[in-house]
Amino acid sequence: MRTSTVKLAGIDVEVFEAGSGNPLLWLHGANGFDPAHPFVKPFSERRRLIAPSHPGFGKSGLPAWLDRPDDIAVLYLELLDRLGIARIELVGCSLGGWIAAEMASLAPERIAKLVLVGPAGVKVGPGDKLDIPDMWALPQEDVNKLLFHDPQKMAMDPSKLSDEQLSILLRNRETTALLTWEPWMHNPKLKHRLHRVKAPTLFVRGVSDGLMSAAYVEGYAKLVPGACTATIAAAGHAPQIEQPAAFAAAVLPFLDG
Amino acid sequence: MRAWHFSENAYPYLPPADTYSSIRVTLPNRNYDPAKGADLYHRYIDEWLIAEDEGVEIMLNEHHQTATCVDPAAPLVLAILARLSSKARLLILGNPIANRRQPVRVAEEMAMIDVISKGRLEAGFVRGVPYEILPANSNPVRMNERHWEALDLIVKAWTVHDGPFSWEGRFFHQRAVNIWPRPWQQPHPPIWISTTSPSGAAAVGQRGYVQATFLTGFEGTRQVFEGYRRGWQKGGHQGPVPIDRLAYAALVYAAPTEKEAREGAAKLLWYVTSNKVPLHIANPPGYVPVAANLAMMRGAEHPLSGFKKNASVDAAIESGLMFAGTPDQVVAQFKKVYDYVGGFGHLLIMGQAGFLEHDETVLGIKTFAREVYPRLKEAYPDKTPSWSPKAPEGAAKFAGVGAGP
Repeated sequence: MRTSTVKLAGIDVEVFEAGSGNPLLWLHGANGFDPAHPFVKPFSERRRLIAPSHPGFGKSGLPAWLDRPDDIAVLYLELLDRLGIARIELVGCSLGGWIAAEMASLAPERIAKLVLVGPAGVKVGPGDKLDIPDMWALPQEDVNKLLFHDPQKMAMDPSKLSDEQLSILLRNRETTALLTWEPWMHNPKLKHRLHRVKAPTLFVRGVSDGLMSAAYVEGYAKLVPGACTATIAAAGHAPQIEQPAAFAAAVLPFLDG
Repeated sequence: MRAWHFSENAYPYLPPADTYSSIRVTLPNRNYDPAKGADLYHRYIDEWLIAEDEGVEIMLNEHHQTATCVDPAAPLVLAILARLSSKARLLILGNPIANRRQPVRVAEEMAMIDVISKGRLEAGFVRGVPYEILPANSNPVRMNERHWEALDLIVKAWTVHDGPFSWEGRFFHQRAVNIWPRPWQQPHPPIWISTTSPSGAAAVGQRGYVQATFLTGFEGTRQVFEGYRRGWQKGGHQGPVPIDRLAYAALVYAAPTEKEAREGAAKLLWYVTSNKVPLHIANPPGYVPVAANLAMMRGAEHPLSGFKKNASVDAAIESGLMFAGTPDQVVAQFKKVYDYVGGFGHLLIMGQAGFLEHDETVLGIKTFAREVYPRLKEAYPDKTPSWSPKAPEGAAKFAGVGAGP
């Protein structure tokens, strides 16, 4: 288990690695990556888990020119070149799912398997209604209800975090706003590119996910040739954290299959 | 000393505050009666013109989706005033250019007003308070960068007179800028910026524009002006900061008797107390730096939020947010703040708010203009330099955390 810094397009990108075997690129969501997250163990036992912190997240730098998820997708294709990995299994959660979908549409030949967990990135519903609720226009306690199956248990308690940890979360939040503000949580071009995806694709959704509705994930999955969908019980927007065992049980067989 | 009559164009006829969660952004506009609103527009314009008759300058501002300030297109009202007035300076403070997609259009609007008014425009620019983010759908991250790029583009649009120029910046792209009309004032109208943090003021000072700060009280204002002085030096400007580069906005109400003055002043407090806004609207991600957000999560509070909980005329005067009373009292209160912060050349008078009726507003304007203003002009001539007052012992650092109105 180690964290190193890789320079990509002039940006210092923090990259966590653990385990051995087939490489798996893990792209975190808006909250950032933490080695203590409960999915790290089951996945690093079976894979060489590679988890970068996106620019502007964790301790990764953020250049003034970068402001879109597809900027990061291009950066991670460069990361694969740098690591000498021709094809990789790719798991992306939420915002990371958006980046993963961009990668798979830009370079379909590089992706062996694709797992999108409550991914943002497309607009499938009507123009006068947000597909994904505006979480910045809601009080935090309402956001927690959208995010978690069990908000009581899962909501962040700032008093238990150090200033450094809290500063990272606040910066993650700011970078999420930078990347997703307009158009809200999607790239209008992406849905016209997803037909290029070649990898077997699994969409995963927590049954209580209040951000990515079942209809949204269904509409998204229809854009990716042959994609299938799994639902995780008793989980919200981050099933990999709220139900790590059930999540691993759904995703690992798909990757192995 | 120059005084400016400022009115927010408020619409105060609202349901009880406990029936809505926010007076800004989300309060449904079915609560706005256009007939009452029309009367208010006419009344507020009349009051600006009365201020002009009394020798006071005119100032207005812009907010969106809010009952506190129904002036979502300030250049429109300014254009009306440019035609109806004849001698007052016309200060718009200001154009929210980090939230406007076309800076060149702003340059055109301002140039038109400068020409119509025959050179009376004072062109102010604001980054915009956080509640403006959602109405503009504007990204709260990198607003400062957008703000400064937009202003540089506007100044260039005002000052290039040899045909089209192009602009390929970080945020704005133009292939052929050549505005008609060009401004009346040369090289361009005076530029004002409002900011309520010392670091923001330093950026203004570096450029030498006029700096306005709003309701920052004794200590906040001192530190904001100190920030400006730091920037002024860093920008290579010679000598001390001229007093006309610094402006302070306060609630001001003068009346012949203390009783009348305090009644009027109490009504002015609406400007602060009515500003009910939930945190998620008041603090969008990226609006303030990470360090300021961290401080807030650890319990820090904007000075005005603290004040709001126990708002009173006495507390407002004591904090330096308000000058209110008989002319003698107002002059004395003013002097205290002026001396504490190192002087300033412009007093921006929040002279109408909420349920302060027309007659009361006019009484305040006239009493100030006739009994207070001449004494301030005599005591604080425009040509004095500002100075750097000694920091009081144990003064807490003012970071401009969060945002005021």
